Amino acid sequence: MPASATEIWTVILVLGIGTYLIRWSFLGALGSRDLPGWVMRMLRYTPVAVLPALVAPLVVWPEATGGSADPARMAAAAATVAVGVLTRNVMLAILAGGGTLAALLYLL
Amino acid sequence: MSPAPEPRPSARQIAADEAAARALARSPRAAFRHGMVQSLPFLVVIVPFAVLFGVVATEAGLNLAQVMGFSVLVLAGASQFTAVQLLSDHAPAIIVILSGLAVNLRMAMYSASLLPWLRDAAPRHKAWVAYTLIDQSYALSIQHYEQHPRLSVAQRLAYFGGTAVVLCLPWMVATWAGATVGQAIPEEIALDFAMPITFLAMIAPMLRTPAHLAACFVAIAAALLLAGLPSGLGLLIAAPLGMATGALVEWRSETREARDARIGH
Repeated sequence: MPASATEIWTVILVLGIGTYLIRWSFLGALGSRDLPGWVMRMLRYTPVAVLPALVAPLVVWPEATGGSADPARMAAAAATVAVGVLTRNVMLAILAGGGTLAALLYLL
Repeated sequence: MSPAPEPRPSARQIAADEAAARALARSPRAAFRHGMVQSLPFLVVIVPFAVLFGVVATEAGLNLAQVMGFSVLVLAGASQFTAVQLLSDHAPAIIVILSGLAVNLRMAMYSASLLPWLRDAAPRHKAWVAYTLIDQSYALSIQHYEQHPRLSVAQRLAYFGGTAVVLCLPWMVATWAGATVGQAIPEEIALDFAMPITFLAMIAPMLRTPAHLAACFVAIAAALLLAGLPSGLGLLIAAPLGMATGALVEWRSETREARDARIGH
């Protein structure tokens, strides 16, 4: 871990407090005040925007291969998404992705 | 002259009425237990995810106190993985914090949608609800509240408390287990890719409208195009672009539907 202990604890504490304030926001402070419609609209898309944006570079340029594209990891990602979209089952999607990766790493 | 027969309710209606009556008759203690029982299936996802976090964070070089600090003080899986990923990627602390908070922004939406049901709860109750407001406790509780709108605030809080205990405590314990046994996992297992697979598996079932697909696609395209930027910065630009795209597509399809409805009449 390149970060210092102080840096790590700063991240933990500030992220912890910030996350708590996000969760508490409407229940505690904002009360019945309505947020503008466009804010609620954007909040609805946070998970489907943030998480894929985080993952996409890791899929295309995996760290484990030093950043060069890796067919096994690409295929595993594709299998995860395909099974997830088709079955709407998170556990099955994880198993499909993990299974594909293990099988291809063994074969290739 | 006999009175007209009452319309006979369907079997499904009778079952729903019985469930509603049972929910309303529950003492807070029973509502708490009910919340606990209904949370149990979610442990199938939460426990392995928490173990994985413990393992990944330990492998990234965090010590046990720091790993537990994340799971107890942040208590939000996706943002914990994001933070550890960016920290081991040499990102500056401010970028790590902003990215983690971005991942958790959706919880503001949960907070807003619980408010109508818990408005009359005491501030100290709202405080612990906020602490334990995770994806699964929210999803279970809002479903329960909407299904049984006449529950008392005490019953609602008790149900939420049941889900919170069953979902959050195992998250912490399983993180600890993962951090402790993490070193024993052989090198050959490609753990580097466990986080991407888990996140993709969480996202895929959500891609159910054109707006969700558009948000996801734009976020991915932008993240790949901006991958050359200092670590973490691309995410902070790509994610809002995706969110705005989703909101825009949703707004456009709504105005189109409204216009079609006007023309239709």
